[in-house]
Amino acid sequence: MMAPLFSSKLLIVLLFGTLFGLILGVLPGLGPTTGGALILPFTMTLDPLSAIVLLTSIYCAGTYGGAITAVLINTPGTPAAAATCLDGYPLAQKGEAGRALGMATVSSTVGGIFSVIVLVFFAPVLAKLAYEFGQPEYFALAIFGLTMLASIGEGSPIKNLIAGAFGILISTIGKDFMTSIDRFTYGINELSVGIGFIPVVVGLFAISEMLTQSTLLDQVFKRVALKAVKLPSLDDYKKTWKTILRSSGIGSFIGVLPAEGGTVASLIGYSEAKRFSKEPEEFGRGSIEGIAGAEAANNAATGGAMVPTLALGIPGSATTAVILTGLIIHGVRPGPDLFREQPDFLYGIFGAMLIANVLFFIFGFFGAKLFARITLVPNKILWPMIFAVSVCGTYSLSQSIIDVWIMLFFGVLGFFMRRFGFSVVPVIIGLILGELVEGTLRQSLVIFDGNWLMFLTRPIALTFFILSFIALAFPLLRSKKQKK
Amino acid sequence: MNNVHNKKRANKSLPFFFKDEFKVFFVIIFFSTILLISTFTFDKVPPILNRGIQPATFPKGLLILIMFLTSIIYYLSFKNPWKKEKKLPKPFFLTILSFILFVIISKTLDFFLAISVLSIFVSYNWGEKRVFYLLLVGIIFPLVVFIFFEMILGLRFPPGIITNLYYY
Repeated sequence: MMAPLFSSKLLIVLLFGTLFGLILGVLPGLGPTTGGALILPFTMTLDPLSAIVLLTSIYCAGTYGGAITAVLINTPGTPAAAATCLDGYPLAQKGEAGRALGMATVSSTVGGIFSVIVLVFFAPVLAKLAYEFGQPEYFALAIFGLTMLASIGEGSPIKNLIAGAFGILISTIGKDFMTSIDRFTYGINELSVGIGFIPVVVGLFAISEMLTQSTLLDQVFKRVALKAVKLPSLDDYKKTWKTILRSSGIGSFIGVLPAEGGTVASLIGYSEAKRFSKEPEEFGRGSIEGIAGAEAANNAATGGAMVPTLALGIPGSATTAVILTGLIIHGVRPGPDLFREQPDFLYGIFGAMLIANVLFFIFGFFGAKLFARITLVPNKILWPMIFAVSVCGTYSLSQSIIDVWIMLFFGVLGFFMRRFGFSVVPVIIGLILGELVEGTLRQSLVIFDGNWLMFLTRPIALTFFILSFIALAFPLLRSKKQKK
Repeated sequence: MNNVHNKKRANKSLPFFFKDEFKVFFVIIFFSTILLISTFTFDKVPPILNRGIQPATFPKGLLILIMFLTSIIYYLSFKNPWKKEKKLPKPFFLTILSFILFVIISKTLDFFLAISVLSIFVSYNWGEKRVFYLLLVGIIFPLVVFIFFEMILGLRFPPGIITNLYYY
C-alpha cells in the first residue's frame, strides 16, 4: 500500500500538503475545501498521483486543524470543528488547553486512521457492486445522493434541495453535451463551454467568506494561553476509548453518504458521546468525552467521504468534490475501472491518507502553539492576500477573465445564500453531479424508449428511489417527532 | 428583555414585502421565471436526432422544481418567521464596491492593477492605515503571486498598461 509513496517527491508533497492543510484549518473562514480549490491550479505542474496526494493530505490535516482554534479561541477553524468548541474552549478556560488539544489530536488521528481502513476495505467492494450499475442505476444513485443532502445536511432540508437543484441548473449552462445546442448562453461565447467548477467553488467559499469577514470586523477573539499539548492521561484514555471508537464508526458511515461530511459527523458523534456518557451533565462545561466524540467523528468522515468519490465518482462532501475535480482534470476517471486498471494509484492515495493522519498528529502535537499564532494575522491583511491568490488561481485554469467575474458573482451570491440560511455545499455537489444526473436520465430514457415507468423495473434503481423517498420523508418525520 | 419584545413586535408590523422571507421568495421566483421563459427560446432537435428528451426539458423541470420548493419555504415562513438578520455594516458595501472597481479596472486598464487597487482599497477600509502593510498587500504580495503563476505555471496574464511593461 505504501510502495508508491516511497519517493522523495511524494513525501515532500505530503509534508507540504499536511502543513498547508493545518494552516488552512487553523484560519477561521478558510478550510480544506477553499484551500483545495485554491491549490488546484498548482497541481497542474504535478503528476496525477502527487496532485491527489496533495489534495487528500490537505483534506485530512485541514479537518483536524479546525480543532486548534476551536479550543483556543472558541471559533471553529472549519465548520466540522464547531462541536469541538462546545467542550474544548471551556476546558481550555479551566487552564487545560494542552489536555484538550491533546485529546483532539489523538482522537482525530484515531478517527482518521480508522476511516482509511474503512476506505481500503469498503471502496473496492462498492466498486465491484458498481459494475452491475447501468445508466438508470447511476441516475437513481445520483438522485439518492442529492436527497441525502436534504436529509442529513445542515440547515433546512427544503433550502438544501433548492441549493442542490440550483447547482444542477448551473451544470446545464453551455452546449448541451448530447445535441450541442446552446443553453443559457445568451450569445456569450465564453459561456458555451459551461461554467467551470473552480470559479464557483472559490466564489462560494473564499469570496463569500471574505464578504462575511467584512461584516465581522469588530469581532474580538479571547485567546486562551497554551503552554504545550499534552498526551491524554491513562484516565482520559479509559474514559474515552469507547467514545473514540463509536465516533470513528459514526464518522466513517456519515462520510460515505453524500452530505456535508465532517460537519454533520461531528455533531452526531458529539450527541452520541453525550447520550452514552456516564457524566452527560459535564457536556458543555469542558467534557473530555465531548472533544473526543466530535473530533474522532469529523476526521473519520474524511476516509468515509473518499469511498463513494473513488468507487462511484460521487463526492461524499464538498472537499471530496474538489478532489474529484482534481482527478478529472488529471485525466483519472473515478469508478470501478479505476480499481481494476490503476490499483497502484489508488493504494498511493490510501497510503497518503494514512501517512497524513500520522503527520498531522506529529505537527499538531509539537506545533499547535505555532499554528495557533497564525490566527494573529489580521483579517485586513490576510483577506486581500487570499483575494489575490483566488483571482490568479481562478484565472489560471482556462486563462479567462470571465471566470474571475463568475467567481465574484458566486461570491456575492454565496454570501446572501448563507445569510438567508441556504448552505452552499449542495450547490457544489449539484454542480458536480449535474451532468451525471442529466446524462444518465436522458440515456436511460433512450434505453426505455421514453417510458419513465421502466425505471421501476430495475431492482437496484428502484431501491435507490425508495431510499431517496425515505431520505426526503425523514426530516418531516423528525420535525413531527420533535414537536410531539 | 423589553428591547427584544419591542423588536419582535416591530418585525411583525413590517409590511410583507419588507420581510426577508418575501424578498428571498421574490428574487428566486423572479429569476427562475426569466430563466424558464428563456428555455422556450432553446433550439429544438428534430425527433429523428432527439435522444430521450429535448435539451430544454431538463432545465425546465429543474426551474419548476426550484419555484415549487421556494413557494413551500415561503408558505412555511408564515408559521415560523425567519430570524431578522442584522443590518450590513459599511465595510461590506465598500468591499462590494471594490469588486465593481476590480471588474471595471481589469476590463479597461490592467488585471494586475485591478488586484492592487482592490487589495489596498479593502485593506484600508477594513482598518489598515500603515503604509508598509498597504504596500505589502497591494503591491509586494500580488507581485509575488503574479511572478509565481507566470514562472511556475507558465501563465500569461491578460494585456494591460502594467502587464505589458513586464512582457515587453
